[in-house]
Amino acid sequence: MNAMTKTEPLLQIEGLTKHFHVRLGAFGEREAVVHALDDISFDIMPGETLSVVGESGCGKSTAGFTILQLHRPTAGRIRYQGRDLAGLDEKALRPYRRELQIIFQDPYSTLNPRMTIGEAIAEPILFHKLAPKGEVKSRVERLLADVGLPARFAMRYPHELSGGQRQRVAIARALACEPKFIVCDEAISALDVSIQAQIINLLLELQRKYGLTYLFIAHDLAVVRHISTRVAVMYLGRVAELAPRARLFGNPLHPYTKALLSAVPEADPAYERKRQRQILQGDVPSPMAPPAGCRFHTRCPLAIERCRVEAPVWRETSPGHHVACHLAEGGGE
Amino acid sequence: MARKNGQELLLDVRDLAIEVVTRNGPARIVDGISLTVEKGETLGVVGESGCGKSLTMLSLLGLLPNKISVIGGSATFKGRDLLAMSHKELRKVRGGEIGFVFQDPMTSLNPVVRIGQQVMEPLLYHRNMGRAEARKRAGELLKLVGIPGAEERLDNYPHELSGGMRQRVMIAIGLACDPALLIADEPTTALDVTIQAQIVDIVKELRAKLGMSIVWITHDLALIAGLVDRVVVLYAGSVVEDAPVDELYENPAHPYTRGLLASIPRLKDEGAEKLSSIGGTPPEPGRRPAGCPFAPRCPIARAECERAVPALEPVKGEGAHRVACFAAGEIAEAVA
Ligand SMILES: Nc1ncnc2c1ncn2[C@@H]1O[C@H](COP(=O)(O)OP(=O)(O)OP(=O)(O)O)[C@@H](O)[C@H]1O
Ligand code: SF4
Ligand SMILES: [Mg+2]
Repeated sequence: MNAMTKTEPLLQIEGLTKHFHVRLGAFGEREAVVHALDDISFDIMPGETLSVVGESGCGKSTAGFTILQLHRPTAGRIRYQGRDLAGLDEKALRPYRRELQIIFQDPYSTLNPRMTIGEAIAEPILFHKLAPKGEVKSRVERLLADVGLPARFAMRYPHELSGGQRQRVAIARALACEPKFIVCDEAISALDVSIQAQIINLLLELQRKYGLTYLFIAHDLAVVRHISTRVAVMYLGRVAELAPRARLFGNPLHPYTKALLSAVPEADPAYERKRQRQILQGDVPSPMAPPAGCRFHTRCPLAIERCRVEAPVWRETSPGHHVACHLAEGGGE
Repeated sequence: MARKNGQELLLDVRDLAIEVVTRNGPARIVDGISLTVEKGETLGVVGESGCGKSLTMLSLLGLLPNKISVIGGSATFKGRDLLAMSHKELRKVRGGEIGFVFQDPMTSLNPVVRIGQQVMEPLLYHRNMGRAEARKRAGELLKLVGIPGAEERLDNYPHELSGGMRQRVMIAIGLACDPALLIADEPTTALDVTIQAQIVDIVKELRAKLGMSIVWITHDLALIAGLVDRVVVLYAGSVVEDAPVDELYENPAHPYTRGLLASIPRLKDEGAEKLSSIGGTPPEPGRRPAGCPFAPRCPIARAECERAVPALEPVKGEGAHRVACFAAGEIAEAVA
């Protein structure tokens, strides 16, 4: 790469918004709008792992789905290598669908129970015509090796595999597409600790080997700290804070980020017993009626009058450190 | 097995064995588990999915699913063997002297019955309370577990509450009859960390107030670190280690426990490049190796480990820290 040019983002997300229209009441007589994602903007750099954290329902999966055009956005742009995907029809999207992949929490639900593992991995290779017929078998074997499974697994069926092994197959299937970008939506959340570590290591290894970019959706902050380049914290459809890993964990600015970090237990009895944690009270409000002003104000320990009426702007307080909080405003360094 | 401080045992499970009927015949799911809970003690039971932690607790409550049954052992609770009780006798204990909370409140709560009625049920059944009194107590219980606007919530249905609130309702039901023992099986696993922290806090507060013993089942070694007094680690249907909480985290003696602790990413630490992990997967029931169940994955296994099953024995002398591993003595020495 030319040393003079700045690295271009792989994806540029601008003002991305996704509202779902739902019907409520026993007869669906009322209509409501779920503000699943409201005006989020950030770049994703090639080769990085951008993690997205936040409580259940805050819009993490919706963000992933909308970036991949599995949900069409209500508003906003998703520029992939400069091209806006939001404006493309299904046919024009085809080549991008191959390059932008997703792995889910439960690979069991995405693997066809009647297909062997070999067939499941071969399917995208054939569909996207990524190898001549005669080479598919060896390609499948190489992919199995990439994810640490012996070649004989090609003959097995999903139900004969453990959860960790199935997740390896899901990764191999995504890799088969020769992707540039993978959304990992809680991809390791359902796995046992000892297996989880194996899969994390595998994802990191594959990233290095193939130059992959990850959007890593997770709720385990310790895992996120371990694998991320940068971290975005979401709350109720908005991004509250986004920063390089060391800054987000070392110098969190948003009260929600602080509360979230304070809730994470450590495997250290002495530390846990004397720890003073700040416990966030109450639940997340409904995304059908998000609070006015700052969406976090109903639970924020620092909220002032202004927070109830005025939404904080998304601003950069120091290079690469973005936050949306009135009290963090001007608090740059 | 006398405990060193002679504390009174509330629950004494010995050599519990549980089998499941499969197409290929019976398979041992729980293979000789022994554990104890003292009065006022909180015991953490840790293990990965399939290790038998939930079935162990369900068997004590007489709630094992079809095709799964206890084939040996005893479970003495306040001097009586739970495993030898009739259904009728067990029903008197379950939800009364022993309260329980399970992982998924949506499946444990009846979706078509109002919250209040569900909290009242154990009071009506075990305490012979009148409806008015039970309703009043149900309101108090919901307040106790931190449900805002508790009294108004009595007439809600489960789906009208958030996941965290439903789990609090489950805890209220578990505590309704002032149990001597609360069995909590992954009660916060489905919840966000923020809500998890709220629930753990409430349980600690209630424990201080009510003084019950707790068995907290989990796969999460971080979650229980600040909550329990002692930890029992299960692997493939057996106890591999049993130790006071500080001792377990500071000086884990079993290679499996050591592997588990090493594979948890820590929030306090800067991300290391590679997590240490345990290779392989746990054996399925019915396909357990002949010797130590952990031998096929164990980094320090030797010939002996494949031939014989190590007994759960004190790491040194008379200590409360016990481990089932032929090499544990050497690990202890190497670390010391
Ligand atoms: N297809 C849909 N129709 C209507 N509402 C939806 C739909 N998909 C998501 N939502 C709602 O949008 C909000 C954001 O959901 P989303 O699944 O993105 O959250 P999440 O952060 O991924 O949560 P979790 O951690 O539970 O996976 C939620 O309130 C959810 O109920
Ligand atoms: S803007 Fe106000 S309510 Fe929102 S996080 Fe900042 S201080 Fe809290
Ligand atoms: Mg999600």
